[in-house]
Amino acid sequence: MVDFVLGHYAYWFTIILLAIGLYGMLIKDNLVKKTIGLSIFQTGVILFFVSIASKWGATVPVKSDEFPVTEVANYMNPLPHTLMLTAIVVGVATLGVAFALLITIYNRYETLNEQELLEKIQ
Amino acid sequence: MIGSDIPALIPITFLAFAVLIPLLGLWKRHLSYYWAVLGATIATGFSALGFYNYISGSETIRYFFGGWEPPVGIEFVYDGLSGFIVLVINTIALFVLIHSRLIGKREFPGKVTGYYSVAMLLMLGFNGMVLTGDLFNLYVFLEISSLASYALIGIGEKRAPYAAFRYLIIGTVGGSLYLLGVGFLYTVTGTLNIIDMAAMLPEVIGNSAIITALALMVAGIGIKAALFPLHGWLPDSYSYASSTSSALIAPIGTKVAAYVLLRVVLYLFGVDIIDSAIPITDIIGILAGIGILYGSVMAIAQSDLKRMLAYSSVSQIGYIIMGISLANPFGFIGAVLHVLNHALMKACLFLVSGNLRLKEGHTDITKFDDSYRKKYPWTMVAFTTAALSMVGLPPLAGFFSKWYLALGTIENSNWLLLSVILISSLLNAVYFFRILEKVYLRDPESTDEKTGIISSLTTNEVKPSMLWTTSIIAFGILAVGLLNAFIVSAIVTMFPAGL
Amino acid sequence: MELTFVPLYAVLVSLAAVPFILLSSGKPNLREFWTILAGVVKFLLVLTLIPAALEGRTIELTLFEIAPNLPIELRADPFGVYFAIVASGLWIFTSFYSIGYMRGHKEKKQTRYFASFAICLSSTIGIAFSGNLLTFLIFYEMLTIATYPLVIHSENKEAIRAGRKYLAYTLTAGLLLIAAVGITYSLTGTLSFQPGGIFGDVELSNTMAVSLFLLYLGGVGVKAGIMPIHSWLPSAMAAPTPVSALLHAVAVVKSGVFGIIRVVHYVFGPEVMGNFGLNDILMVIAGVTIIVASLLAFAQDNLKRRLAYSTVGHLSYIVLGAAMVTPLGLTGSIMHISAHATMKITLFFCAGAIMVNLHKKNISDLNGIATVMPWTMGAFVIGSMGLAGLPPINGFVSKWFLGAGVLEGDMMLPLIILIISGLLNVGYFFPIIHRAYFKKGGKELEGHTEASPFMVVPIVITATASVIFGLFPDLFFHFFELASGIAETVFNTL
Repeated sequence: MVDFVLGHYAYWFTIILLAIGLYGMLIKDNLVKKTIGLSIFQTGVILFFVSIASKWGATVPVKSDEFPVTEVANYMNPLPHTLMLTAIVVGVATLGVAFALLITIYNRYETLNEQELLEKIQ
Repeated sequence: MIGSDIPALIPITFLAFAVLIPLLGLWKRHLSYYWAVLGATIATGFSALGFYNYISGSETIRYFFGGWEPPVGIEFVYDGLSGFIVLVINTIALFVLIHSRLIGKREFPGKVTGYYSVAMLLMLGFNGMVLTGDLFNLYVFLEISSLASYALIGIGEKRAPYAAFRYLIIGTVGGSLYLLGVGFLYTVTGTLNIIDMAAMLPEVIGNSAIITALALMVAGIGIKAALFPLHGWLPDSYSYASSTSSALIAPIGTKVAAYVLLRVVLYLFGVDIIDSAIPITDIIGILAGIGILYGSVMAIAQSDLKRMLAYSSVSQIGYIIMGISLANPFGFIGAVLHVLNHALMKACLFLVSGNLRLKEGHTDITKFDDSYRKKYPWTMVAFTTAALSMVGLPPLAGFFSKWYLALGTIENSNWLLLSVILISSLLNAVYFFRILEKVYLRDPESTDEKTGIISSLTTNEVKPSMLWTTSIIAFGILAVGLLNAFIVSAIVTMFPAGL
Repeated sequence: MELTFVPLYAVLVSLAAVPFILLSSGKPNLREFWTILAGVVKFLLVLTLIPAALEGRTIELTLFEIAPNLPIELRADPFGVYFAIVASGLWIFTSFYSIGYMRGHKEKKQTRYFASFAICLSSTIGIAFSGNLLTFLIFYEMLTIATYPLVIHSENKEAIRAGRKYLAYTLTAGLLLIAAVGITYSLTGTLSFQPGGIFGDVELSNTMAVSLFLLYLGGVGVKAGIMPIHSWLPSAMAAPTPVSALLHAVAVVKSGVFGIIRVVHYVFGPEVMGNFGLNDILMVIAGVTIIVASLLAFAQDNLKRRLAYSTVGHLSYIVLGAAMVTPLGLTGSIMHISAHATMKITLFFCAGAIMVNLHKKNISDLNGIATVMPWTMGAFVIGSMGLAGLPPINGFVSKWFLGAGVLEGDMMLPLIILIISGLLNVGYFFPIIHRAYFKKGGKELEGHTEASPFMVVPIVITATASVIFGLFPDLFFHFFELASGIAETVFNTL
């Protein structure tokens, strides 16, 4: 049991991050805080990808005389990391659009608090 | 030969115009509309050419980007199904864009350059999602289309930005869940290519990571497809967005997500694997059934045309997903045919609502009356055609997809879903005849007794560019209904293995 | 002569008239000319099919595949021809009558009226010539939609309510029919009508057979007005009288009973009906409908509503005949389609003439009107006595065969039902005749004469036809020969 918990610690961190992100999106009234929650949620997913690529004792996937590796299995898998570069860009773009929308909302209603906003919309 | 490059040419056309439009907009801003229409025309031409090649017997095209063969490189797969969907969505988008000129001037003046550029990005995303053969690449295109649709929805009524923001939060969570699912699959199979992975999955079935991945991906795509109960973002987004945005996103957006679901469930995993792992098809089927009824009932309760159509979309997307969940040939035909039919019907209905909003300034059903018939005779004919098709009356298109879905439920002896289809047709009849009754019968006071002509009103139809696009799509509904044997015989060639 | 395309032309001719009717909306005479022209041409086309039908030949025409392996298929078999003769023949009279009525009543939106009317007739002939269930379904739904503008024609609250009720009933029915047809397709792999049924080799479970039959019954039974799903029919009386005549005598309800006979004898077939006791279900429903509808007819003071309940009852005669599953019963049932059509259309025309001429709707106001409208009331007497089953009117002939069918099947209950309902028919028609002839009319009758010839001539013709076909059932159209021929083909295949 303890082994199971400890052995999967990377997953637990992912789950914790996802939970924090969801908490922010669902519970917080402030729209900026919701956006922060969203960002944390995405980061959780990114870290998950990063963690699945790592291996104990493996090295960077660069062929070099300084790191002589005979077995392919001793390299780390570079693909998830590169994928995450794209995912990070997507995340940044999402944040950009979100903040653009928030600015528009603020200009129209002069608040970013969801409760006040809903009252003003009615 | 241009044929083998078509999978790449279609999205690249949209990408090129997405960049070109802002640049050319610096020179002459009002030309943006024409550039967008040009882009959509070229892309539709490529799609038509590709599908024509497919019909006349050409093989599935696998286009390797940069010459890198999968599983290392990214490929685009142009087979019958993706070709069909691409043709449908690009044709609809072309008509909606042609229709949008005056709406653009009215509803987002001064923003046309950005608007059309983003619209091109949206289409790039959708086409990429349909054509790509790579799961991570699909995520990227999913996000491109999503970001574009947040922006397009944000341009609208006063409440639009808030609706768009809510959609952004929910939609991004959906995308992230999908990505998480892809991660799980990658840890087990070590590949991201759909064809490659589909070959490996049978060997690792039963692995809990696979089941987790399936659940996460279905949930993520379900949000994008507005599968009940994950539809919460849809009604606000569609009803507060500008008429063109709703007409562009509503017929296409959820369909593409449903198509991805179809790919994942029937092609990537395959019927056997899914049935042996978890009863995910049953769960999706039941959710779709509830969604169909819920959407119809909520549509009846609405007093605004656009909002009613939005709820109706929730209901109709349920049909497509139900067809996928049946996982038999009839269900597959029904689902794919309904993608086409519903795209036509919803596009027509949203264009009609755009026409009315341009002319009347509102889409409040309670204010509809007999004068509309007189002022907008052809718009109303288009509306009637689409509405009768939604109700499922033969020989209009809507009848046939329902017919195949009904056959699919019968084949599975799933009487519950059969009755859902039938009941929801009735509910559709309630909310459409309610409007038709108003438009054709209400308020005969201003009618001249003798001639039956409402004397004080004259025809006040919308401009030809809007009228013709609406009418052609309405005519398309009838044509697809009559020609559905040809379409179905094409769909039959697209069956995934194992069906 | 090449007959292959005749059924198609017969279906299309009134549809082709629709654009002309719409285009000549400003010129009433021209518009009505198109209607009459289409009607006559359609009738003549149908007549050319009679010789082939008498020989028992079936003219088949596969138009195109609307769905893989499911063609749109027109098939003029004797039964279809029979129904087409009735529908297209009476359309001509209804058109003439409509002209008189609509103009006499100064109705609005007459163009829409005549256009919908033409579409209705196309759909009805389409139903008659449908070669398979899918084609039937398509025309059946077309008929539903085309009738809607007619039902709501007067556009007052009552009419709109009636229209909603009509749609609610018929659209639900259409959906049940889709379900039934779908299940049939997945069970048998075919949808085409075969004399004797298509379930021959299929193993059916009892529940499946009964529930499928009930689905069909719900689907076509609504238009046939069987209880308890009849109530749209009296409500639809809010429509103008020619529409009622069309609904009740020519097109809609007859499509319903036509559908029931098709389902009983051409989809299920006598054998399957008997094996699962489906005929008993149908017979009980029909029997109850006949008796209850006749009793309800007594309670109606509105003339049209009384006629409506009478229709409900008489439709179930036809259903009863089909439910007997005997050759003579089927013959009587089919003959009652044409007999009831001519008689009931006469009665509705009379009711309409009285309404346009004297503005009277209720039976209690009809005192002494026979002195003012002798021709109309004479026709009314013929029609009503025919419905009660008195010779020499054609209602007698069909009832005779129904009775013979009962004896053939050795059943007591239907016989009792037939006798009781005959008495009830006399009972609810007699007071009307009594008032019209033997009570003294009020002062408001003074100065009124017979209705416009546009209305009276059709009335007299249909009434005379009822008598002629009562005396000589084989005259002109060979109704008897056709009906017995149909029964033979259905039962020979056993």
